[in-house]
Amino acid sequence: MARVGADMDLLRFATAGSVDDGKSTLIGRLLLDSKSIFEDQLASVEATSASKGYDYTDLALLTDGLRSEREQGITIDVAYRYFATPKRKFIIADTPGHVQYTRNMVTGASTADLGLVLVDARHGLTEQSRRHAVLLSLLRVPHLVLAVNKMDLVDYDQAVFERIVAEFTAFASKLNIPDLLVVPISALKGDNVVARSEAMGWYEGPSLLHHLEHVHIASDRELRDVRFPVQCVIRPKSDEHHDYRGYAGQVAGGVLKPGDEVMVLPSGMTSTVAGIDLFDEQLGEAYAPMSVVVRLTDDVDVSRGDMICRSKNVPTQTQDVDAMVCWMTTAPLRAGQKLAIKHTTRTARTIVKDVQYRLDVNTLHRDLGADQLGLNEIGRVQLRVTQPLLVDPYERNRTTGSFILIDEATGNTVGAGMING
Amino acid sequence: MSTHADYRLTQLDQLEAESIHIFREVAAELERPVLMCSGGKDSIVMLRLAEKAFHPAKLPFPVLQVDTSFDFPEVLVARDNWVDRLGARLVVASVDEAIRNGVVVDDGKTSRNRLQIGTLLHAIEEGGFTAAFGGGRRDEEKARAKERIYSHRDEFGQWDPKNQRPELWSLYNGRLHAGEHMRVFPLSNWTELDIWHYIARERIEIPSIYFAHERKVIARDGMLLSASDAVQPRAGEMVEERTVRFRTVGDMTLTGCVESQADTLEKIIDEIAVARVTERGATRGDDRFSEAAMEDRKKEGYF
Ligand SMILES: Nc1nc2c(ncn2[C@@H]2O[C@H](COP(=O)(O)OP(=O)(O)OP(=O)(O)O)[C@@H](O)[C@H]2O)c(=O)[nH]1
Ligand SMILES: [Mg+2]
Repeated sequence: MARVGADMDLLRFATAGSVDDGKSTLIGRLLLDSKSIFEDQLASVEATSASKGYDYTDLALLTDGLRSEREQGITIDVAYRYFATPKRKFIIADTPGHVQYTRNMVTGASTADLGLVLVDARHGLTEQSRRHAVLLSLLRVPHLVLAVNKMDLVDYDQAVFERIVAEFTAFASKLNIPDLLVVPISALKGDNVVARSEAMGWYEGPSLLHHLEHVHIASDRELRDVRFPVQCVIRPKSDEHHDYRGYAGQVAGGVLKPGDEVMVLPSGMTSTVAGIDLFDEQLGEAYAPMSVVVRLTDDVDVSRGDMICRSKNVPTQTQDVDAMVCWMTTAPLRAGQKLAIKHTTRTARTIVKDVQYRLDVNTLHRDLGADQLGLNEIGRVQLRVTQPLLVDPYERNRTTGSFILIDEATGNTVGAGMING
Repeated sequence: MSTHADYRLTQLDQLEAESIHIFREVAAELERPVLMCSGGKDSIVMLRLAEKAFHPAKLPFPVLQVDTSFDFPEVLVARDNWVDRLGARLVVASVDEAIRNGVVVDDGKTSRNRLQIGTLLHAIEEGGFTAAFGGGRRDEEKARAKERIYSHRDEFGQWDPKNQRPELWSLYNGRLHAGEHMRVFPLSNWTELDIWHYIARERIEIPSIYFAHERKVIARDGMLLSASDAVQPRAGEMVEERTVRFRTVGDMTLTGCVESQADTLEKIIDEIAVARVTERGATRGDDRFSEAAMEDRKKEGYF
């Protein structure tokens, strides 16, 4: 196994694509060929494959860890796997392709820096691969890889690859995809996964792993607008720290420094940063995604749900939210419905004012006649919230631009929202 | 904390920030959290992260330990030192007492490990806890790899792996009905190696049994078990003195050790970095019963 340091960089990526396109197999292959699989894990999947009478070791078993997944040979929920090379540490979310489990795919993709869409070379793009590409673009996953898999089953034919790439690029041109790599692979045989394939001399790009190790993620950070949602107030109430009062949170954007003039929202009170603490250290600056405690020079009223920003650069304060919503439960989303909404550290109630349109994931056509969103559907929705939220467009900030919707009766998370600019 | 000119955080700092965020969310949103602490390396790292999350205030929740009465004494010492230093409240749930009170039934066939489940669920109910922090990591085991950070448990303490709530971004949903609780795993995204790098970086005190030492052991089922009152040689088995260390700590009857010369943190990190067997595969009898042993125990309410 590669020697891995504590001070390396982190890339989170998520798989996507239709059922059986080979996502789990690819992750298994990547782990195996990068020597990140332990002997007991490999022995266990070899034994299971043999007992099921398979001709070869089913690498998908390395991530399909639930009993029902192994029985059915499909992925039901996201599996998180970890590996590192001397270049980077990776957190992989291997997501299910089955349409019924789309919400689990969205779970895995929401935090990803890179989305890896697999397509079966024999079948080309399917409705589900399009849906996943749309979701990745709506979730603003900044980097995308299209891996045309099972090239071994089409004789490593360049023409097949080019046809799928052309089809995908035509579709993707209507989406927001800042960075795209296309790569022909065989997850089962390992072609172009860790090393360049000899069977596909016509392909001149990097292997998948090489790309994952080198894709440039530093500039994805949000450093312009200071956003500090307050999680809780730290008041020790001890003799030693009698007067200590700090605001704990995770920086959602920008760079905050002691001495900065700040404004606390929604109150609009202004103050100055007296100090930024991380345990017993006093920091010279804080930026996303650091978890710190901010102290202010004035005794202003600050509590959970408030946001600390720079006075001249504040988010929009509003009770009317216009967002793209991905709906994740069987009972449809309709105008008039009441839900709970969680946005940064603030939870409130909301009523659905209007379902403006539903997005057809195949054609990207906006169905303006739609008045509801069914399970796994995506559409543009207007909400009215009981309290003002402090929002930015999702395209500007993935933290202050996102929210979840919760069904108050069941307590379940039923929707994911991305605020429009 | 090492900050960079290009405003990047190292992966260890990102993991730390994520865990601290989780502790604070739970403390702010759930009424009565408790931190489950075995005294092993993961729970001690959790204590450290919780300490950082609320410093200079004390932990806003108590620490819960399930006492199997087969716990390693060195582990209890480390736990007590931590709890004392943090000034935290310790709640001990004893398996023996649960047996005496009829909370769980010791039929002579059920392992201590399984009896812990009923004991733990009883302690959670008794204490009225609505959230229990656990030190589980997703890299440990294939069922854990599937679990959410906020893992919802029904009135019976059961996990339903086929019906988990979506968990998007870092927006955690802590809604509960009466009688339900949440298991929360702040170390979900840490690997075994990350834990050791962090212990070294933060100079965290951990139980001495993680470092190589001489110990009387019995080889059984491909594992080296520590010889003690609870683990005695069976016919044909021998007690031998070997230089060993532990990679995980559970109860003494099920946790094996590995032969190792690693007696410093640096040597342990070197050893883990080239390890070819997972920590649970190497040393945990409880995972060996069946392919889905962990999933089955988790469904019943295990850690
Ligand atoms: N010949 C060939 N077969 C492959 C390749 N990749 C995957 N397969 C096979 O395709 C089948 C499905 O693979 P999985 O990895 O389970 O597919 P998946 O995309 O993870 O499926 P879901 O997670 O259920 O959506 C398995 O039988 C694999 O062995 C490949 O490159 N070549
Ligand atoms: Mg799969």
